[in-house]
Amino acid sequence: MATAEVATHHDDTRHHDEGFVKKYLWSTDHKIICFQYMITGIAMALIGGFFAYAFRMQLAFPGMEVPLWGVVTPGDYNALVTNHGTIMIFWVAMPVLIAAFGNYLIPLMIGCDDMVFPKINRLSYQIFLLSALVLISSFFVEGGAFAGAWTAYPPLSSTAEYSLTPLGSSIWLIAVALEFIAFLLGGINFITTAMNSRAPGMKLYDVPVIVWFIVIASLLFMASVGPLVAGAIMLLFDQNLGTGFFDPTRGGDPVLWQHLFWFFGHPEVYVVLLPAIGISAEIITVFARKKLFAYRTVLNTAIATGVLSFTVWAHHQFVSGIDPRMAHVFTISTLLISVPIAEMVFVYIATLYGGSITLNTPMLWALAFIGEFLIGGVTGIFLGASGSDIYFHDTYFVLAHFHYTFFPIAIIGTFAGITYWWPKMTGKMMNDTLGKIHFWGTIIPFNFIFIPLFVLGLAGQHRRIYNYENFPDLALDWMFDLRIMATVALLVMIAFQVVFFVNVFVSLRNGKKAGNNPWKANTLEWVAPSPPGHGNFEELPTVYRGPYEYSHPDREEDYWPQNEPA
Amino acid sequence: MIEYFLEQGSTYAASLDGVVNLIGVLVGFWFMASLGAFLFLIFRFRKKPNQKAQYVTGYEKHEARWVHWPHHLILVCDIFIVIGAVQVWVDIKQTLPEEPEAERVRIISQQWAWTFVHAGPDGKLDTADDIPMIDELHVEVNKPYIYELSSLDVLHDFSVPIFRLKQDSIPGRVITGWFEPTITGEYDIQCAEICGIGHGLMPGRIYIESSQKHAAWQAQQAPIALAATAQ
Ligand code: HEM
Ligand SMILES: [Cu+2]
Ligand SMILES: [Cu+2]
Repeated sequence: MATAEVATHHDDTRHHDEGFVKKYLWSTDHKIICFQYMITGIAMALIGGFFAYAFRMQLAFPGMEVPLWGVVTPGDYNALVTNHGTIMIFWVAMPVLIAAFGNYLIPLMIGCDDMVFPKINRLSYQIFLLSALVLISSFFVEGGAFAGAWTAYPPLSSTAEYSLTPLGSSIWLIAVALEFIAFLLGGINFITTAMNSRAPGMKLYDVPVIVWFIVIASLLFMASVGPLVAGAIMLLFDQNLGTGFFDPTRGGDPVLWQHLFWFFGHPEVYVVLLPAIGISAEIITVFARKKLFAYRTVLNTAIATGVLSFTVWAHHQFVSGIDPRMAHVFTISTLLISVPIAEMVFVYIATLYGGSITLNTPMLWALAFIGEFLIGGVTGIFLGASGSDIYFHDTYFVLAHFHYTFFPIAIIGTFAGITYWWPKMTGKMMNDTLGKIHFWGTIIPFNFIFIPLFVLGLAGQHRRIYNYENFPDLALDWMFDLRIMATVALLVMIAFQVVFFVNVFVSLRNGKKAGNNPWKANTLEWVAPSPPGHGNFEELPTVYRGPYEYSHPDREEDYWPQNEPA
Repeated sequence: MIEYFLEQGSTYAASLDGVVNLIGVLVGFWFMASLGAFLFLIFRFRKKPNQKAQYVTGYEKHEARWVHWPHHLILVCDIFIVIGAVQVWVDIKQTLPEEPEAERVRIISQQWAWTFVHAGPDGKLDTADDIPMIDELHVEVNKPYIYELSSLDVLHDFSVPIFRLKQDSIPGRVITGWFEPTITGEYDIQCAEICGIGHGLMPGRIYIESSQKHAAWQAQQAPIALAATAQ
């Protein structure tokens, strides 16, 4: 009993006056760890975004001296694309959506004072930070950063004389492995905390969807990452010890890596999708003043999608040399996933029915998530069907498709979450007008970046090619016009991000006081003070009902907090 | 949709475009329907003063059917898509043409060039009149070809957009496949799998020629090839 106490509830860093280091850098408080993940993730997003800027400039204006970078050589181009993809997925989407929101929301929404293992939580962030530094260091070693694409297919990734990045490849792999360790540690906390520390009275079906989704996502991550870690160790051996797991001249097989990678890689999409779509659920119910349509159906669709996501990995390998008969199995399983995912989207749409909708900034982001994700979802069918994927594989159509899923997840979902929970996190309101300017300044250019890329993909433009002037069929004038359009739209979008940072700054200095529950929401985090202090709640709440009791006919008020006795 | 941007240059291009169009129509319908419902509901149920939202659980039968019916219909659409996709797939990836009519061509990929070994006038590979060419593939229109694809180093991918054909090459394996050109002209071959620094500099060209022109090209190359092997 005594040890459990020390480990879980009375970590003494929390109850004394602390210096800056103890408070912000060495804290075990789940909220501080959220901010650490969030800030690191946003910093990495700026780096990943800067890479996108550099290679989009090259694509629109080949050979140009790109401001802040210089001429993008073919080697630079591959390194930029590789690290853009790696960073955006592993160092932006994962830390911000799973780790930051998971850390902040789980204890507050289930009504407890911290994670079950606060020190493991702190360690998880520290390993994550280390992994980010290791990755960045690869840009400064001999041969430069890894340039074999974020999928790291061997033998290109395994053999130094092919990749020409002898050190960069290994550093990249070590960074990714460290990052996985960080998220495994984080996930342990999320699952145990959500299952064991729920406030008195909170049954499993009273847990908000976002918490469920982060738990399901953590389980998916844990179940899928094993094979990839094994693969990473094998690849590291191939790189440095001269083994040949993936090298056919030494008895290995490069396709093996692809199976291991995608067995992880496909579920990974749902790992980051679930928290984002969960954020959307919380926001849409609050600003439509509606009960979530068929709560249990939503959970079932998430579980079904998660389970099915383990059966589809080889749809990434239709044309990469697997036995052609296998394609039929993976076409069927892939198309089956469209059913629960579509159902989930329908549930969100149905939730709006009969609502009383306020279109403020968080709601706009949450709705835009659904709208844009819809495009990502439907275009995936072209790639999941074996026959049509023969054409689309590795074209810009794929690229546009997955950015229509990842951008809503990583960027729209994050802004939705930040703008919605900002009053809780800081105690201040954000400016709604600035918020809306930032919203439209992001969403409109976003579509102008990626719709042209769908068109280029249909016209046969392949990915990861630094200069289309080398391909006569792809060097037509209208194609350059579309590339310029996409690049200009990116510059516009980058410019509008300034508005967000201005809003953050203005709100922190002069924002209106938020109070505990400015949105009149039901879930438990709004019971705590804004911002919540150590230990979160002044008095741990007791739960009497589910999280989405808005506009209940028996009540005058249109909301009914989970902790309010009947 | 694809044929709007690119000619159909092989016997199977039209059927692949057909599946793409089928999917386009089906997902286009679902996309428009969902987006329509979504935008309609957002505008219809904007907040009005003194009006409370309705309390809908989503568990009543008449409510749930709004979500359940569409998902059954989607399952039906999926079945059509699977059937279409499987047909095209079997045709392109699993059925090779009969041999004497079909000519073999060897495709060797490496960092960062294509070597195409043409059979030469006798129509057979591994004979003295074989014609190896770098980055240029010469074929005859309306004639089936069986390719033998291999790689000397890393993964590459033999992609001919006008044929709607794509296939990775893998070191250590020889992958066979086929195509039959239906139009003449000169088009891109792209390497569609990242293969190192020169990946963007690995453009091949395919020359699809009428039988006379193809014969003339062979006649012109054959002495060179023979001379090369004689040495
Ligand atoms: C902010 C605007 C963004 C732009 C303009 C952008 C643009 C691009 C482009 C043009 C490529 C392909 C380059 C090529 O293949 O030649 C690319 C690759 C990629 N992007 Fe983005 N991207 C953006 C944001 C994101 C986000 C938010 C994510 C994920 C969370 C993401 C994930 C990826 C991945 C995984 C790749 C593939 C990398 C590879 O092939 O190794 N991107 N991006
Ligand atoms: Cu996938
Ligand atoms: Cu290549």
